[in-house]
Amino acid sequence: MEIDKNQLLRFTTAGSVDDGKSTLIGRLLYDSKAIFEDQLEAVENTSRKKGHQGVDLALFTDGLRDEREQGITIDVAYRYFTTPKRKFIIADTPGHIQYTRNMVTGASTANAALILIDARHGVIEQTKRHAFIASLLQIPHIIVCINKMDLVDYSEEIYENIIHQFEGFSSKLYVKDIQFLPISALDGDNVVNRSKNMDWYQGAPLLHTLETMHISSDLNKIDARFPVQTVLRPQSEGFIDYRGYAGRVASGIFRPGDAVVILPSGFTSKIKSIDTMDGPLEEVFAPMSVAITLEDDIDISRGDMIVKENNQPKALQEFDAMLCWFNNAPARPRAKYTIVHTSNQQKAMITDVVYKIDINTYSREEEDKELNMNDIARISIRTTRPLMVDEYRDNRITGSFVLIDDATHETVAAGMIV
Amino acid sequence: MSKYYLNYLDELESEAIYILREVWAQFQNPVILFSGGKDSILVTHLAKKAFYPSKIPFPLLHIDTGHNFPETIQFRDALIKELDLRLIVGSVQKSIDTGRVSEEKGKNATRNALQITTLLDAIESNKIDCAIGGGRRDEEKARAKERFFSHRDDFGQWDPKNQRPELWNLLNGNHFDGEHFRAFPISNWTEMDVWNYIKREDIKIPSLYLAHQREVVWRSNSWIPVSEHLKLEENEKIQTKKIRFRTLGDITITGGIESEADTLEKIVAEVAAMKQTERGNRSDDKRSETAMEDRKRLGYF
Repeated sequence: MEIDKNQLLRFTTAGSVDDGKSTLIGRLLYDSKAIFEDQLEAVENTSRKKGHQGVDLALFTDGLRDEREQGITIDVAYRYFTTPKRKFIIADTPGHIQYTRNMVTGASTANAALILIDARHGVIEQTKRHAFIASLLQIPHIIVCINKMDLVDYSEEIYENIIHQFEGFSSKLYVKDIQFLPISALDGDNVVNRSKNMDWYQGAPLLHTLETMHISSDLNKIDARFPVQTVLRPQSEGFIDYRGYAGRVASGIFRPGDAVVILPSGFTSKIKSIDTMDGPLEEVFAPMSVAITLEDDIDISRGDMIVKENNQPKALQEFDAMLCWFNNAPARPRAKYTIVHTSNQQKAMITDVVYKIDINTYSREEEDKELNMNDIARISIRTTRPLMVDEYRDNRITGSFVLIDDATHETVAAGMIV
Repeated sequence: MSKYYLNYLDELESEAIYILREVWAQFQNPVILFSGGKDSILVTHLAKKAFYPSKIPFPLLHIDTGHNFPETIQFRDALIKELDLRLIVGSVQKSIDTGRVSEEKGKNATRNALQITTLLDAIESNKIDCAIGGGRRDEEKARAKERFFSHRDDFGQWDPKNQRPELWNLLNGNHFDGEHFRAFPISNWTEMDVWNYIKREDIKIPSLYLAHQREVVWRSNSWIPVSEHLKLEENEKIQTKKIRFRTLGDITITGGIESEADTLEKIVAEVAAMKQTERGNRSDDKRSETAMEDRKRLGYF
């Protein structure tokens, strides 16, 4: 295996008990040989105990005690498998509306989303919900798997009808790339291997689609942003005056010699070097973790951002965002929360709930101002000091934030700046 | 293909460095939980990278069951010296001697569960607010839902149903006095990734991971090393085998596998062809289906 070139692809799945999501993941893991004998043995035992015939693939993804007892997935679970072409991380999330926050969490870092549709039922409320979340979190690629084709006699007509239904509502969403696939997760048709039952389908099976999907062009290479996490001052021999600004490139490209501005102070300087333990680099891009040194001695600390002179984010103290509320306790109007944005923490207040969105119908509700768990709304927010922000659509790192309740220290909401 | 992409090992490395720097920035008194196993050695290596050219700003905390492989202790002490780090040892033997815990009884008795008390005592007495561990989500199903920053209440307990959501790269380490966090920088690595990276970076590891001749007995489907702590059962007999260990823990319960893999290259090839998970040789995980989850709730690694 040529590990030097293999990329990492993160994808998310959402689904409920019956649409075959767990079976599909089990099938991917099983057919790509990511399942070990002792895991298989454990699942075979449980399948037998529960009286299932054969191996219940869904059991591979069951996690915590409560979930096994209730037969559902209640949190985001991460799964891993590797093929000779790529390493994959699956963020496996529950699909029911009461777990919207889990779906949002799983979607936040995904390159791709798998949306499952039961071929017998076509597009249902849940399909619209999952598509909405994928679009809200700006997942670049959506793969719609029309599953259980074996239960509709592998009918091309049914498949085409479902695509038609899906396109009917998804035109309202902002999605860059959608693909459709007819599959049967239970029998493995078009999952890893091409289906022998659907000659009419000319496209690649799911795994091949995931392995070859073009993801490096999804990175923002234009807007150079470097949030400073911490300052490295070794003060040891050979490094007496060394001051390295440690962080991970959020977007764009940096090179030694680049003219940069430090925000919020506005001081300017030039990049002297970009350092790692393995030696200095001539060029860095997201998501590389490095240390940047500058030509000038400037006071820089955690929460500051290094950007290029000719391309700067907006410094805003008041802005609108799409917010997903995560907590049991509803949002308190005009209460103060801690906002975490890149490496910066400030205080913030939700000044207005502009509208709430019904994620099943995409309709807006302007009268109801209360934010409860799993609600998604457009809100206005004000912070005590300006944040250096980009729109989420342009930048998933500098366009996102979370809110923390100071009374409990819990993460209560996630926001995407519009 | 565009040249602006990282291969998966570089991306995992970058993510781990990011998390280690967040720990340093968000906590007052973090430590690296060091067992002498490959995962904690990897975390230490990544910490070296994260803070270069500064030295690692965390001490290492070793929870010593008293049932060690001598090689592990030698390795630990050499590493501490090389990196010029402080070592904190939490001793399970001391916890037993002072009556904080009592030794398990019976045939399958281990000190595995006793470590929880020693660990939590060490965290409390050293005022540690974040313990960085080498836990990986692929190891065990209860770990598949673990966060990068995992909250522990003031009893050191994990509540899997009430975890803080983690989105994008935003980590929330805010906490009250007395509570602490566990941080898992290599959450997204698999055993294969760890070995590929150790090989790529040529990271030093204890010789126990490489195939070697050793006196062992066959017990619970694996080769248990002979040591002063091992009590022979009837009809068990000592044999000499060429074995290596896939994980390192308490010497009384860590089983080896027969292997010819005596170089990193051979280990990588062997792991790639492996049919059992690495914890398949750990009898502590076989006690029940939820053994790991139950221990984690109480404060285990």
